[in-house]
Amino acid sequence: MAFGQRFIDVDGCKLNLRRGGSGEPLLYLHEAGGAPAVLPFMEKLAERFDVLVPEHPGFGASDEPGWLENMHDLAYFYLDVLESLELRGVHLVGSSLGGWLALEMAVRDASRLKSLVLVGPAGISVPGVSPGDVFLWSPEELARNLFFDPALAEKMLAQPVTPELLDVSLKNRHTVARLGWEPRMHDPFLHKWLHRVNVPVKIIWGEADKILPVAYAREFKRLMPGAEIDIIPRCGHLPQAERPEEFCDIVMRFAGKG
Amino acid sequence: MQVVLFHLMPYADLDLEAGREHGTVWVNLPNSNFDPVKGHRLYNRYLDELEHGEELGFDAIAVNEHHQTAYGLMPSPIVTASALARRTKRAKIAILGSALPLREHPLMVAEEHAMIDVISGGRLISGFVRGIGAEYHTFGVNPTFSHDRFHEAHDLIVRAWTEPGPFAFQGRHYNVQYVNLWPRPYQKPHPPIWIPSQGSKETIDWAAHPDRRYTYLQTFSPANVVQRYLKMYRDTCTGFGYEAEDRQLGWAVPVYVAATDEAARAEAKPHFEAFRNVFLRMPVEMLLPPGYTSRESLKNVMKAKAAIFGDITLEKSIELGLIVCGSPATARKAFEAYWKDMRFGNLLVLCQFGTLPADLTRRNMELFAREVMPAVKKLASNAVPA
Repeated sequence: MAFGQRFIDVDGCKLNLRRGGSGEPLLYLHEAGGAPAVLPFMEKLAERFDVLVPEHPGFGASDEPGWLENMHDLAYFYLDVLESLELRGVHLVGSSLGGWLALEMAVRDASRLKSLVLVGPAGISVPGVSPGDVFLWSPEELARNLFFDPALAEKMLAQPVTPELLDVSLKNRHTVARLGWEPRMHDPFLHKWLHRVNVPVKIIWGEADKILPVAYAREFKRLMPGAEIDIIPRCGHLPQAERPEEFCDIVMRFAGKG
Repeated sequence: MQVVLFHLMPYADLDLEAGREHGTVWVNLPNSNFDPVKGHRLYNRYLDELEHGEELGFDAIAVNEHHQTAYGLMPSPIVTASALARRTKRAKIAILGSALPLREHPLMVAEEHAMIDVISGGRLISGFVRGIGAEYHTFGVNPTFSHDRFHEAHDLIVRAWTEPGPFAFQGRHYNVQYVNLWPRPYQKPHPPIWIPSQGSKETIDWAAHPDRRYTYLQTFSPANVVQRYLKMYRDTCTGFGYEAEDRQLGWAVPVYVAATDEAARAEAKPHFEAFRNVFLRMPVEMLLPPGYTSRESLKNVMKAKAAIFGDITLEKSIELGLIVCGSPATARKAFEAYWKDMRFGNLLVLCQFGTLPADLTRRNMELFAREVMPAVKKLASNAVPA
C-alpha cells in the first residue's frame, strides 16, 4: 500500500503527514523515537484503514513551534488537526508518548473519535514503579531496553548514524524532554479525567517492556475498567515493531469490527 | 589583579575504585559511599583552609554549589558562605554560584545573598549559574527550560535587590505579588555578579551586555580554550561599543606549587588525576541533557567525546594549561605568560583538588601565597609597557 507524503499547516505549524490506504480513518501517534519512515505495520493497517502518520510538532521534518511547551498544547493541536482535515469516526492509535497524547486528546474531546488503541502508553504514574530512564541511558542501553529480541536491538544499533539522522534524533530528544522530563512522562492530573474517554479502548502491552513495565497496564485497567487489555508475551516496548502481525491482528479485530 | 582562593570541597575520602567502577560520582553513586564522620572532618578542614586564605592575603575566598555528588560537598554554598562571613573580616566571599534554575524560588536566593552581604558588611560577590547537566537529572528540573528560568530568576533577583518594594513581578516561571526584600543588600546598587561558565557564546553575549557587564569566569578548561572565550568576551564588548575592563574577566584553574618542579609534579599527580579522571567523570547523557545546551554545542561535544571523556595525565594537563604545577618560579612564569595572552583581572586558584590531603593543601596555599601571588597581583593592564 503506497503512502503519500505532504506538509499541512495547522496553528501556524508545518506538519509532515504521511497518508496511505483507504477505509475508516486511523490516526497513528508515534512514540518518542518519532515516525521517520513507513513501517510494515503501517502498510498492513493501510490494507483496511485510511492511515495517517504525522510527525509531531518538534519531531522529524515538522516545525518546532514556540507554543509547544507541554502535552496539553500538543493535545489541543491534534484536536485542531482532526478538525482541519475534517476527520470523523477516527480510530486513534498511540504508542508510548503517543498513547499519552491520545488520552490527553480523548479526555478533552472524543467527539471525532470512534475508538482508542493505546500501545504501552505513558501519561500516568504508578506508585512504586519506576519507568526506565530514557534520558540517562546511552543509545546502546536504550536500544537494548526497547526490545525483547536482542537481534532487533543489534539491527537498530547497526544502522549508520548520518548527520541528518543525528540532527533528527537530537531534535526529537529535545521535544521529548520538553514534554516529559518532569513529571517524568506523565501528567499528574490526567488520571482524574480518564472516565471522560467515552469510546471503546484497547490497551496493548509488551510483557517484557523495560521502559514502562507491564504494571502500568494493570494500573490503566484499574483506572479504565471498561478497557480491553492484551498483553503480548516475549515482546518489549514497541509491539507494533517487534510483533507487527500480532499487533495488526489485534487492531483490526478491535477497530475493524464496524 | 584580584586573586581568589576557590574551593570545591570534594569528598576526598572517596573510595576511588568505587567511583571508577560506577563510572561517575554524580547523580547515582550510592550515598552509602559517604561517611558522615569523615564528612564532618572534611567540612571543618575545608572551612579552615578558606579562612586561612584570608590570613594569607587572598583578596577573596570562594565556594560553589553542586548536588548529590562526591565532586563537591556544597549543595548549599549559602551554608559555607554564611559560616565564612562570621569567621573572616576582610576577604570578599564569592558564591560561584547559586544554581538559579534549580531553586524553587529565586526570591530565596535574593534574600540569602542579601543576608550574607549585610552580615559581612558588603563583602559578598554573587555568582549565578544554571547548575551542570547532571543536576537536571538529580532534581528533575526540565533542562529545556533551563535558560528561560535562569534569565527570569536573574531578572527577579536583580529587581528585588534594586527596586523599592513592594512591587509585583509577573513572569512565565515565577509570579510574585509582593516583591519586598528584607534585608536589602549592603552594597549599592547590589553585590557584584560573576558568571562562571564552561564556555558558551550565549552566556558571553548575555553577561557582556552593556546593561550588565558581569564578570565572566572560564572554569577548568585548557588554556587555549580559556583564551578563546576571554577573547570572545572582549570582542563581544567591542561589538556592544565599549571596551571590557580586566575586572570583567576571570580564569579558574587548579594550582600546585612545591620547592621544585619534580616535587610539585610527584605530589600533585595522584590527586589531580583523581580530580580529572574520577571526580569530573560522567557520561555525555548525564553531562548534557536535552536543551541544556544548543544542539550545535551538543554535537561539538559529541565530536570531541574521546578528548573530553577520556583519562588524562598530570603531565598532559600541565601542557594544556588545565593546571599550573611546578616550582614557584615556574608558576610565576606560567601565570605571566598566560596573563599576556588573556589579560584576566581575576585569578581563581583551586589549591585543593581531588584527594589532595590537608598537609599538602596547606603547604601549597602558603607557598603560592608567599612566592607566586605577589607577582600575580602586580599583573595589570596599566602596568604593561606600551
